[in-house]
Amino acid sequence: MTNLIIFLVLMTLGYLVGQMAEKKHYKSIIQREKQLRELPTIASRFPPTDKLFDQHLVMGNTVISVDYFKRFIAALRNLLGGRVTSYESLLDRARRESLLRMKQQADAMGAEYVFNVKYETASISKGRKNAIGSVEVLAYGTALIASGSGNEV
Amino acid sequence: MLISNMEILPGKEVKTHLGLVQGSSVRAKHVGRDIMAGLKNIFGGELKGYTELLQESRDEAMARMKQQAESIGANAILNVRFSTSSVAQGAAEIYVYGSAVILE
Repeated sequence: MTNLIIFLVLMTLGYLVGQMAEKKHYKSIIQREKQLRELPTIASRFPPTDKLFDQHLVMGNTVISVDYFKRFIAALRNLLGGRVTSYESLLDRARRESLLRMKQQADAMGAEYVFNVKYETASISKGRKNAIGSVEVLAYGTALIASGSGNEV
Repeated sequence: MLISNMEILPGKEVKTHLGLVQGSSVRAKHVGRDIMAGLKNIFGGELKGYTELLQESRDEAMARMKQQAESIGANAILNVRFSTSSVAQGAAEIYVYGSAVILE
């Protein structure tokens, strides 16, 4: 009985706080994405050759975890199969946040572009019964800073 | 030391290739952080402690790679890649590698 109560409390807490945190996070992501829209991130390996650039490695990482409720839903999904939406939004948030952090770093250097952007994902801590608890996403790329802008690193 | 994850540098030419350089770092999280992370596992959200931890160990891995490149006389590392693996419960390995070159 006590176990059931603890479980229910955790579920409600996870659901309420988790939903709120996710909404807040998405809001902040969308807002910052708007701010940094001027700085293009490009996946190409070949930099523009018309101008000279200084290069600097930039990166951003995020470790993010799902809440109790979503983990339970995901475990149910494992029985039925199909889309696991609770993990989809988790990874989406982690990727966008990492990219934003990378862009912020590049922006602070006065970069014009970020080239060769790559993502890397790792699940760093496996929870009980090997369920995915949290993921780390790293985004990295090369910031191209126009030479002579006084921001050389 | 120039570190870049591109192969080409406009306006600069690679004089000599010196081969692969690498750096790695294995870090474990401490108990305090673990407890906080346990709480976060209920509420969800970012685990700031882990984010910092991984950032630190990535910096250390990069510093090691740089040191190795300096010791063989390179002045730039191109085509840098990162890789992460969890070797054991509670410990993560950060591995960074790239090719050391001499730019003119």
